[in-house]
Amino acid sequence: MKLIGAEILVNCLKEQGVETVFGYPGGSILDIYDALYRDGSIRHVITAHEQGAAHAADGYARATGKVGVCIATSGPGATNLVTGIATAFMDSVPLVAITGNVGINFLGRDSFQEIDITGITMPITKHNFIVKDVNALADTVREAFRIANSGRKGPVLIDILKNVQIAEADYTPQTPQTPRRKPVPQSALTQIAAAIAACKRPLIMVGGGAVSSEASEEIFALSERLRAPVVCTLMGLGAFPASHPRFCGMMGMHGTETAAKLCLEADLLIAVGTRFSDRVALNRDKFAQNKTVIQIEIDDAEIDKNVTVTHSVLGDIKETLKTLLPMLAQRKDAAFEKAALAYKAAEQKKQKDNGLGHKILLAAAGHAPAECIVTTDVGQHQMWTAQLYPFEKPRTLCTSGGLGTMGYGFGAAIGAAFGTRKHILFVTGDGSFNMNMNELSTAVTHQLPITILLMNNHALGMVRQWQKLFYQSRFSQTVVNKKTDYVKFAESFGAVGLAIEKEADILPVLKKAFSIQAPVLVDCRISEDENVLPMIKPGQTYDTIITEWEET
Amino acid sequence: MKYTISALVSNKSGVLTRVSALFARRGYNIDSLSVCATEDATLSRMTIVLDGDEYILSQMMKQMDKLIDVKKIQHVESDAVFRELLLIKIRCDAARRTEIFELSQIFRAKIIDISHDTAILELTGKPVKLDGFINMVMPYGILESARTGVTAISRGSACIKDEADYKEKI
Repeated sequence: MKLIGAEILVNCLKEQGVETVFGYPGGSILDIYDALYRDGSIRHVITAHEQGAAHAADGYARATGKVGVCIATSGPGATNLVTGIATAFMDSVPLVAITGNVGINFLGRDSFQEIDITGITMPITKHNFIVKDVNALADTVREAFRIANSGRKGPVLIDILKNVQIAEADYTPQTPQTPRRKPVPQSALTQIAAAIAACKRPLIMVGGGAVSSEASEEIFALSERLRAPVVCTLMGLGAFPASHPRFCGMMGMHGTETAAKLCLEADLLIAVGTRFSDRVALNRDKFAQNKTVIQIEIDDAEIDKNVTVTHSVLGDIKETLKTLLPMLAQRKDAAFEKAALAYKAAEQKKQKDNGLGHKILLAAAGHAPAECIVTTDVGQHQMWTAQLYPFEKPRTLCTSGGLGTMGYGFGAAIGAAFGTRKHILFVTGDGSFNMNMNELSTAVTHQLPITILLMNNHALGMVRQWQKLFYQSRFSQTVVNKKTDYVKFAESFGAVGLAIEKEADILPVLKKAFSIQAPVLVDCRISEDENVLPMIKPGQTYDTIITEWEET
Repeated sequence: MKYTISALVSNKSGVLTRVSALFARRGYNIDSLSVCATEDATLSRMTIVLDGDEYILSQMMKQMDKLIDVKKIQHVESDAVFRELLLIKIRCDAARRTEIFELSQIFRAKIIDISHDTAILELTGKPVKLDGFINMVMPYGILESARTGVTAISRGSACIKDEADYKEKI
């Protein structure tokens, strides 16, 4: 049938099973918005700012495992997506970003709201397209979804010129192919199976790739088979149940002391879907010293990139583990597992009476509605959430790991709410919140069940902590002392505003907040001297972990 | 160390930008890059000379292979055929012509343009041969020169088309 480009796009989105998109209309994308309006079957969520739309599409994708879609107009609309696209790129989140652009007659003439968005997003997308011919549109959209959702996932941008949106072409519906997972042959794993059989102290290190590959079940089975303790990177949290005795917490710069000890003592490290980032490996040359490292990874370029490994296998994690598991015997030696349990018990016993922020997070974890999804911004509150919140299932945490995008969490919360219809706990800090607080209007418009825990220390806590540690407490621009009344702010947007000032407020306020199926902002007035510990300084080795703050 | 990489890439606008932008942002040092069409109209061939070590070679090939527009990629071994083309305009008055003709014959360079006081010479060969020739004509005065950058093809029946495609591996 003959359709115009804008209609072809809408039909292609429907082919891909897209139900919800996030975006913001504008001059060069009017025809696509008109086609969405006339079609009426795709829910479009208008955010306050295009950055919010990109983060919402990202949160939608992380929480559901489906491809997130965001739409923006040319020029500033497109450039406002950039931080969101980069966030998704660094964390390998499948995203399709659609932008309109000026017509071919105006292209390259610095026309109104013309920008080279494919040029701008080249280093932060898996691939991008500029569509100049309507006959190429349908296949380009299909290819974009395929690229975004296959292999190591990531964002893809499609820039569609105005003339393409209005030109007619033949459209034949197609059923998309489900991304295929290539089986991994046993022959690729014989050395790995032998290395595992020979080891004494195996440790499983789980990264975001495990979540992406939906490999939780297989990782659990691997841990059972090897009696191996499990540590997760920030991106891997949720891939292994936090309540399990063998779960030893997050690893890396702000990981647990137990994880650090195990990383030092293990003679075999099975790294599953992790790229050994500088926040995890810290000192990449010494990280894997004196141990055998096995890397299971879908991106060839990540193998031996940061840490040189002993054995590696290129492939889908779930498929690799499905082949590997029958090759492994049940381990009987439980010495390392017991050591892990002992370290963990000792670390828990040592836990001091922590500050108000910790107490609020622990109480929130205890009282949040079942199946709650957590999103965070970036900073101290993010690390506290990662350390303290018990993530039992994959896709229950949306956080910006690689790019570290302050302002990510609100958009992500909106996206996750639309994607899952579950209650969302959005943990933020007063620094991050101020970056995209405008999205409260979106949350209120749609009455989304988002509880916002605003860890308000009147400071940019994480940077301040670094200034304390590395810059002799010269708090340059980190003690912000905004005079904002966040309770009134929430109320003015039509949300509920609550505050926690002392320990006694925690339970009543949280219970009230969680009982409301609409946006609630809880202003948690915490001290600026609550720090994130443990900490390993950048570039240092795991034996230098700091667990107590030395006041200087 | 110098390494040479050959790649078959989509013959579309923007592909060269994708490849060169990748080098820039990953901090790889490129000595030369040559691109040309192939017998298959959908593909171009790139030959890249990299200055680096084994780690950078491996990373650069893997990162390039991830680009959707890079179809096949191959490290060109040192026994392959390497060629480069040089066009060089030198100062050459009537008194010097004989000398320059002789020199050209030794290097099998062609004289493709001559004026009262200049000559343009064309030479094809391995980059070291071109270096040697440039060295020899330097005293006459080089007015300008253009080199294409090296292009290479492996010996025997092995072809770049037969390389495994990364996207098929996963």
